Amino acid sequence: MIYPDSKVLLEVRGLCATVNGIDILKNLDFTVRSGEVHAIMGQNGSGKSTFAKVLAGHPAYEVTSGSVLFEGQDLLALKPEERARAGFFLAFQYPIEVSGVGNGQFLRLSYNTVQKQRGMEELDPLEFDDFVREKMKLLEMSPDFLDRSVNEGFSGGEKKRNEILQMALLEPRLAILDETDSGLDIDALRIVAHGVNQLTTKDNAMVMVTHYQRLLNYIVPDYVHVMDAGRIIKTGGKALALELETRGYDWVSTEYKATASVTA
Amino acid sequence: MSAVLQNLVNQPYKHGFVTDIESEVAPKGLNEDMIRMISSKKKEPEWMLEFRLKSYQAWLKMTEPEWQNCHHPKIDYQAISYYAAPKIKAKLNSIDEVDPELLRTFDKLGVPLHERMALAGVAVDVIFDSVSVATTYKHKLAEVGVIFCSMSEAVLEHPELVQKYLGTVVPTGDNYYAALNSAVFTDGSFCFIPKGVKCPMDLSTYFRINTEESGQFERTLIIAEEGASVAYLEGCTAPAFSTNQLHAAVVELVALDNADIKYSTVQNWYAGDENGVGGIYNFVTKRGLAKGVNSRISWTQVETGAAITWKYPSVVLLGDNSVGEFYSVAVTNNYQQADTGTKMIHIGKNTRSTIVSKGISAGKSNNSYRGLVKIAANATGARNYSQCDSMLIGEECGANTFPYIQVLNNSAQVEHEASTSRIGEDQMFYFAQRGVDAEAAVSMIINGFCKDVFQQLPLEFAVEATNLLSFKLEGSVG
Repeated sequence: MIYPDSKVLLEVRGLCATVNGIDILKNLDFTVRSGEVHAIMGQNGSGKSTFAKVLAGHPAYEVTSGSVLFEGQDLLALKPEERARAGFFLAFQYPIEVSGVGNGQFLRLSYNTVQKQRGMEELDPLEFDDFVREKMKLLEMSPDFLDRSVNEGFSGGEKKRNEILQMALLEPRLAILDETDSGLDIDALRIVAHGVNQLTTKDNAMVMVTHYQRLLNYIVPDYVHVMDAGRIIKTGGKALALELETRGYDWVSTEYKATASVTA
Repeated sequence: MSAVLQNLVNQPYKHGFVTDIESEVAPKGLNEDMIRMISSKKKEPEWMLEFRLKSYQAWLKMTEPEWQNCHHPKIDYQAISYYAAPKIKAKLNSIDEVDPELLRTFDKLGVPLHERMALAGVAVDVIFDSVSVATTYKHKLAEVGVIFCSMSEAVLEHPELVQKYLGTVVPTGDNYYAALNSAVFTDGSFCFIPKGVKCPMDLSTYFRINTEESGQFERTLIIAEEGASVAYLEGCTAPAFSTNQLHAAVVELVALDNADIKYSTVQNWYAGDENGVGGIYNFVTKRGLAKGVNSRISWTQVETGAAITWKYPSVVLLGDNSVGEFYSVAVTNNYQQADTGTKMIHIGKNTRSTIVSKGISAGKSNNSYRGLVKIAANATGARNYSQCDSMLIGEECGANTFPYIQVLNNSAQVEHEASTSRIGEDQMFYFAQRGVDAEAAVSMIINGFCKDVFQQLPLEFAVEATNLLSFKLEGSVG
């Protein structure tokens, strides 16, 4: 929801990034204020997922210019784990499997690390068990998930729910959901969307990266951005997503190119 | 990120100190006179000396094996001292008479010898260079008929048992290092669990090499009579010298009908420095004979130290329905080399064996699993399950699996599974994105990887092994 005078959480200016020497992000600007829900849409290869990973500090990407302020702090100067502890969360498009490591154990390590950083109380295994079970209800997850290895043998939908569970535990200020809707059937999508909606407050913000309008029926965005060739070329409201659904993406880039040439 | 991984594995070795104690060290070199000297030092009976001399003759005719996947400069057997012992004035009557310097050494290593301070429920024999310096709870164990003492003492006090079993599982001429050991072995532990006795506490031996020029030739013999059971634990450390020391041990286990022996090792010998200088050559022959029906022998090993580890704790499944198990974690870093695994020799009917091997390589190290599963012609109904998993940390290390399977009986069921994984950038990034730093992430991933093996260790050892691994791999991931 858009609140008047809410503070800026994320401010990206002129961001350029490369992977293996190839330019992926080109002069990207993006601003998120607390309380807002954003959707970034675009075709495959437009740089959406790269943008999410660059913000999270994935080591494969190199930032060549530009700045990112997260609650006024230089995000790019922080290590990936420091970004996470500062309240930046990325729900992975492809959550990683970790064989032999119990999901419950992993969740507790993550939770306690972040709690400690915030000067909050850490939980012992029993306390954590109670705590996490409550959160799991939100996502209609069975307690069995705690005993299984992290993401190992999880279905696509289970992996995505596990991501949102982690978001629920870590209570980030800003969460980027990278194609959280991919691989979800309609029931799972509804459950995940419900979970995300429950977690949205006026003090945090969500950025959904998605191909499809479908997710936006459940999590209604305040802003919809279209990304193309490594930058945001159009921003609108919820209606823009519906328009993209019917008309595709090409008209947006044509329009952008026309505007760009006029400006030039 | 790789740099972080590297730093994580490269932690200093904390047991690398030398105890300053007056020692008696034999002149370097090996010949019959040296063997007679060792035997007379130990006041051994004639049969023991003969056993040694016969072994020595066998050894002279043998050549050093070269088939292993490890490389080292040729060992000069004449440049090793075969006997080193701290000077002890008289025969000790109690632990309070042990040289305080030695007590301090073992305190520092986390093995307090005063029974009042010792780990509850664990009796300990400690071997310093070539001799056993103390054995705790000996008298308490004697009350139930369990004999737990140093091998030297057993030769003198229980010759009939030693003569009956010594060399029956690992014959003197079994292999080059076993023959050498049989000729020059100095000390080790002797455990005898009589018929029907469940050993009331875990037995444990702590091996410490202290002298730079000496080799350590450990000899351990564990016998569980009909229906007896025992859990035995072994730990090893050594100072950080720039030279290599040889540890050539022989361990023999015998399980009679319905007996159960569980043998666990946490090996943390000095591994050499980050350039591969120094460290222990750990060339060991460990074998169990599951002689009786329904007998069971289980090996669990956590091998983290030594410049070279070369050992195959094995089980000969002779008794019908006998069970053999091998659970192993072998970690190598820097220039360490490990060629380790097991042999399961199925001879009796309906015999079963399980092999779970986890190899972790980091740095420039090389880690090989080598194992033999043999089903003899008469071993009807034999079953084996083997699982060999390798994990690589970084780009410059290697992992190999050499499984040998020989089946001579059609009814056998033999399964082998293997996997290789790498702690990679994406896994580390996932942990990092959840606020977890590289050290904690690696520790969690490694412990998860080794879980099936750690579960087999007694609790104190499991904790020690977990810490040891985290410590050892600190700095290797990133």
